[in-house]
Amino acid sequence: MADVTFTVDGKKLTAPAGTLLIEACRKAGIEIPAFCYYPGLSLQAACRMCVVRQEKVPKLQTACTTPVAEGQVFITESAEIAQARKSTIELLLGNHPLDCPVCDAGGECELQDMTFKYGAGESLYTEAKQHREEQQWSPAVFYDRPRCILCYRCVRMCGEGMDVWALGIQNRGARAVIAPNGGDQLDCEQCGMCIDVCPVGALTSGSYRYKTRPWEMNHVSTVCTHCADGCKVTLGVRQSNDGSTIIRADNRDKSGINGDFLCAKGRFGFDFVESGDRLTKPLVRDAQGKLESATWEHALRFAAARLKEIRDAKGGSSIGIIGSNTTTNEENYLLQKIARTVLGTNNIDHVRTADYATFSRALAGKASRTVGLRGIAEAPAILLVGSNPTDEHPLLAWELRADVRLNRARLYIANTAEIKLERQARAALRVPPAGYTQLTGYLAGGKSSISDTTFRDALLAEESLVVVIGPELSGATLQSLIEWGLGREHVKFALLGDFANSRGAADMGLSPDLLPGYVPVTAPGDYAAEYPNLPRAPGKSLPEMLSSKLGALLVVGADPVAQQNVAPDVLKSTFVIVQDLFLTETAAIADVVFPSASLYEKTGTVTNTYGDLQLAKKAADHAGVKTDFEILVRLADALGADINKLVPFGKSSVTADLGQSRGAQAGEADRHAVWLAAQGLEPKLSPFDPIAVLDEIERLVPGYKLDRLNLFCGNDVATEPGFVPVSALTATATIEPAHDGLFTSGLLSRYSPALKDLEKHQSAVPAVAVAD
Amino acid sequence: MPKLVSHPDEVKIVSKRFGQGAANIDKYVELGGYDSAKKCLAQGPDWIINEMKASNLRGRGGAGFPTGMKWSFVPKQSAKPKYVLVNGDESEPGTCKDHLIFLHDPHSVIEGTIIAGLAIGAKLGFIYLRGEYRYLLEIMEKAVADAYEKGFLGKNIFGSDTEFNIITQSGAGAYEVGEESALMESLEGKRGVPRIKPPFPAVVGLYGGPTVINNAETIATVPHVIAMGGEAFAAVGTPRNGGTRLFGLSGHIAKPGVYELPMGYNLKKMIYEVGGGVRGGRGLKAVVPGGSSTPVLLPEEIENIGMDFDQVGKAGSMLGSGGVVVIDDQTCIVEFALRTISFYQHESCGWCIPCREGTDWLKKALTRFHAGFGVAKDIDNIQYLAENMMGRTFCPLGDAAAMPTLGFVKKFRKEFEDHLNGKPCPYAKHADLAVV
Amino acid sequence: MTNETMSVFSTELSARFDKLVAKYPVRRSALVPMLLYAQDEVGYLSDAVIADVADRIGITELDVRNVATYYSMLRFKPAGKYNVQVCTNISCMLRGGYEIFEKFQDELGIGHKGVSTDGVFSLEEVECIGACCWAPAIQVNYDFHDDLTPEQVPGILEQYRAKAAQGGKNA
Ligand SMILES: Cc1cc2nc3c(=O)[nH]c(=O)nc-3n(C[C@H](O)[C@H](O)[C@H](O)COP(=O)(O)O)c2cc1C
Ligand code: SF4
Ligand code: SF4
Ligand code: SF4
Ligand code: SF4
Ligand code: FES
Ligand code: FES
Repeated sequence: MADVTFTVDGKKLTAPAGTLLIEACRKAGIEIPAFCYYPGLSLQAACRMCVVRQEKVPKLQTACTTPVAEGQVFITESAEIAQARKSTIELLLGNHPLDCPVCDAGGECELQDMTFKYGAGESLYTEAKQHREEQQWSPAVFYDRPRCILCYRCVRMCGEGMDVWALGIQNRGARAVIAPNGGDQLDCEQCGMCIDVCPVGALTSGSYRYKTRPWEMNHVSTVCTHCADGCKVTLGVRQSNDGSTIIRADNRDKSGINGDFLCAKGRFGFDFVESGDRLTKPLVRDAQGKLESATWEHALRFAAARLKEIRDAKGGSSIGIIGSNTTTNEENYLLQKIARTVLGTNNIDHVRTADYATFSRALAGKASRTVGLRGIAEAPAILLVGSNPTDEHPLLAWELRADVRLNRARLYIANTAEIKLERQARAALRVPPAGYTQLTGYLAGGKSSISDTTFRDALLAEESLVVVIGPELSGATLQSLIEWGLGREHVKFALLGDFANSRGAADMGLSPDLLPGYVPVTAPGDYAAEYPNLPRAPGKSLPEMLSSKLGALLVVGADPVAQQNVAPDVLKSTFVIVQDLFLTETAAIADVVFPSASLYEKTGTVTNTYGDLQLAKKAADHAGVKTDFEILVRLADALGADINKLVPFGKSSVTADLGQSRGAQAGEADRHAVWLAAQGLEPKLSPFDPIAVLDEIERLVPGYKLDRLNLFCGNDVATEPGFVPVSALTATATIEPAHDGLFTSGLLSRYSPALKDLEKHQSAVPAVAVAD
Repeated sequence: MPKLVSHPDEVKIVSKRFGQGAANIDKYVELGGYDSAKKCLAQGPDWIINEMKASNLRGRGGAGFPTGMKWSFVPKQSAKPKYVLVNGDESEPGTCKDHLIFLHDPHSVIEGTIIAGLAIGAKLGFIYLRGEYRYLLEIMEKAVADAYEKGFLGKNIFGSDTEFNIITQSGAGAYEVGEESALMESLEGKRGVPRIKPPFPAVVGLYGGPTVINNAETIATVPHVIAMGGEAFAAVGTPRNGGTRLFGLSGHIAKPGVYELPMGYNLKKMIYEVGGGVRGGRGLKAVVPGGSSTPVLLPEEIENIGMDFDQVGKAGSMLGSGGVVVIDDQTCIVEFALRTISFYQHESCGWCIPCREGTDWLKKALTRFHAGFGVAKDIDNIQYLAENMMGRTFCPLGDAAAMPTLGFVKKFRKEFEDHLNGKPCPYAKHADLAVV
Repeated sequence: MTNETMSVFSTELSARFDKLVAKYPVRRSALVPMLLYAQDEVGYLSDAVIADVADRIGITELDVRNVATYYSMLRFKPAGKYNVQVCTNISCMLRGGYEIFEKFQDELGIGHKGVSTDGVFSLEEVECIGACCWAPAIQVNYDFHDDLTPEQVPGILEQYRAKAAQGGKNA
């Protein structure tokens, strides 16, 4: 819309016509107080805190509902306005318990802040306050009516934002309350979004209540370790006996790709970190065949000695490596580098939850045909094929809903089953069971068993389209769909996988046939020089490794035994090394087990399924564990590898790296060091500093030319997969989507009491959309 | 059965069929009913709106907005259907005039609705009655059914090719639902919480379509305006206040009842001549001129007030719903103020802070105060609170609670002070006033 | 759609509801009257009533409750067969509304929102019922009684007691 000019407090401001005054002011740095207004949710005009004076209008106006127009004149602070706000707060405090000292929101309460600002400290009114007992609605959500200021943010967040509609307003007048859908229980997604938006301490979180005060915590922004959407999450951390403990997770800075959003897993599922089942000491199988704890030195030496023995005796091809979907890019990169340059094998793979290899092959050489989450969030038209994002990609679902609601985006859904997002869809196409293979033919207008042509017509009328593809589509099916899209202008793609770093695992070359950046091992390009002794033949895939009685198997952050249903004696003759948080089924049969750190206990980058790269920052400490990065470096060291080659750390390598990768930007290393120091990160002086490997990733991996400044500011940065052409994929990929729901997250959720508890409160039937 | 009253000064226009069995459709037609609708059907929208404008008929629901002008705001073209909405929520304490219209002259409401529909190009009208008016709803339902039967409603009204339908609707107990946008919410099956304005109902109303909403009396007056001609109707009243109004005299009045008097009729005369003065020959302490929301007037203030929107407004109060509540000199004003605020506390929808919390605290403070536990500072606090509610709430209910409270405190400060210092209610009638 | 035999409502009411929901441009418009009519028959809005209504309208029970709890005539506990509603608002108060209310309290031995032990009566102090010019006024269920004096109270109760004894339907 055309810009208009108006005056606020004597300053001329410009904004598109129709912008809400409160937003226009915020953008100009003029803060107008608001309880009920919340960006992106419907307008209420209920709290009356945002009142301003508009010239020639008799009454005070609410800035949250006033659209700006040319020539308007506003005053946002004056004695009259201050008085109006003060009296509103006085009124609120009339029935408010003022139990700030014991309230969870104390220190983070908008009512407290406002009271301070407008000085309504003394209570004018001596009447008895309405008392009501606090209610527990679910393991996650508690409600305290006396503290509730009835701003209805929670109700709107749950309904409009989440499309769950589990909260309502009941009774009227001073007796009004917020009420949950199950009478006294909340039967919902337990996302905690309602708690998050509550400006006061009326809604509190079961996991955080009375644990601490906000100012006693350190707040660390990192990346959620659960699904592949990669929400930015702020962990509140407090020092404890055995390191530091995560007290809560939220998204207080709201600058991440997730904006306001976090799902139940991101918000409550951090407690696996504190699980009593965490491994804290290395384990080595003793002469009696029992796993016994050992010192790090002993375990590392023992593991390395055996590995070396096997490598030297039977060759690298007798060793297999299985990597993780939740470890960092640097760890994954290092893992494959060790495999290929130290152990001399291409037998490396990971549990593939989506066919990123085909995705990259289909898009090879095509610029700007993939789309990050921010791009999806504002796409005017989206085709979602497969997947059920509401459960499996909560953030994507949130963004799609918001895009439809706020930007009037058109969502098209093609799925074999009915999914909840169809409530937001402009059109939904029911694909016959196992019918995704026919989809491309249908879209291309050819013959197909799908007869609904209106869906296709509407879709083809779209000028631009983002195609979000579920993990059900792989191989030729995936390839043909992408080819169809490439044949049209303005079509971009995203592929949905599972877990925090599945995309990173694939990007970083945890594949028997592909090096980092999907460079084929058969035509390694620059890697040929960088990776001496790189075996040129593709290695074994994960299923092949498990069935071919390898001499040794190194498993990092994965549980192939459980996941692949491996018979117990298959790995009997294989020397198995496992790095994990827990004694998984694979760890239980291993010969050496190293206790590793979770994503919340390390620094490094992860790539979400849309290719957005983010920096995970170490938040907590767990006594006894080490990061996979450190374990790998030490293992390689014990194997006799040249660590300086493996991890280009230290002054010389930094300088060397500079010249090659960023010629024009000389001096960045210094700036970078300043940056690292400012971020509380160690400069790359240690072989355990993963950022040294990030340098190499940037240098060698196609597509990982990163905007470092932004990355280290804590922002997500795009990876542009300028995928290199692959003539054919040699390994037959088995794609196994995890289909994790709202409360499951692979192995981690099994050790999260919070998620297990919440799962019981999951809504069986989605609520009917509110008819209007 | 409510008693009908009469007085020679009455000019019976709206009430002219009261007590004549006009709920019967044949009787209504015999008394000239539906002629206006037929005339409007022939004349068309512009003519109707011009007549309405000329009539100076102002809304009888309380705010007194010129009806013709309101109708003219409805866009001629609209993608969404347009609606007529008759507000029969009548819940303002002191008001019972619509009650009599529904009881005695239901077809005038139907006919008025048809005319409004013709004027704005609507095909559907709703008549919403408060839930307590069940027997009146049944009368209305019967009347609507009869009108369909006769072909006055339906696909081809009066044999024309114009369609018009009416749906009757029951509320379920909520004063706030009388507020126009809250009424639309209620009619859409939602909580009676008002909507953000703009957009105004004339543009975006019921189901998002352009909607004219009028009070039942306004609507019932419409056929008479058409029958008399706008100018003739206007001539009955005072400038900019056309016609007559159903005034309800209640409280300590000798002859309570609903009287139809010309707009601008002198208030003092209304009380002393039409209503027979204060009951039992007592002195007059105060008058609430237009329903409980309107600020109280002192005896000396009513001398020269003509009861029209402008004159009462000038006197610092409002004509409101036309419910004149007479208060004698043995009434405790604090108690009266408390009962008034209790009502608003009970009826506040709770949406916005100043009204929800303000009415609650005024009620609590006045309860304590009236019970004899007040302190001097309370009086200022009550005034401060009410002043800070004024103009700050989401809908006018907050003002409707604050305005009378301010009136009582300002005009009867002495009486409040008399409650202090061991002097509980000087009248001590309901010192333990039970509250709803 | 609710299976008729499963409905908490009588066949007549069910049929009426079927018509009601179809009457409006939007189904949900039937909600408020439907709740009131349901209460008239069942006596109060039980959980079963709310579930049934939610089903008929096609909205959640929560949504029905949000709306139902807004309206003061709707109740969630049984009342007496005859619910006596005494207006004590200004016009009635000035003409003895509280005396009428007290008389009912004395006669029935119950207070505001009380239900008599025999379940025949319940008592409620209510806001203005639109009979101000005929004050003081009360409603017994939907019947108006106006221009009352406390002396008339026993007679009114007698009238309804007799009706109740005959098993008369709600007025
Ligand atoms: C709290 C509140 C209650 C109201 N109650 C009623 C009512 O019961 N009946 C009515 O006709 N108007 C009522 N109104 C006025 C309506 O909002 C609206 O102005 C009126 O129905 C318009 O009709 P009119 O122009 O014919 O007066 C109320 C307004 C407010 C703010
Ligand atoms: S789904 Fe549950 S936890 Fe999430 S906003 Fe709604 S009520 Fe709150
Ligand atoms: S619980 Fe919190 S968010 Fe919800 S209405 Fe109350 S104060 Fe607002
Ligand atoms: S599990 Fe996924 S959607 Fe949920 S918070 Fe973590 S990254 Fe976000
Ligand atoms: S003023 Fe506010 S709380 Fe009061 S009735 Fe209006 S919207 Fe509701
Ligand atoms: S923020 Fe504008 S009224 Fe609440
Ligand atoms: S005040 Fe009692 S009926 Fe109006």
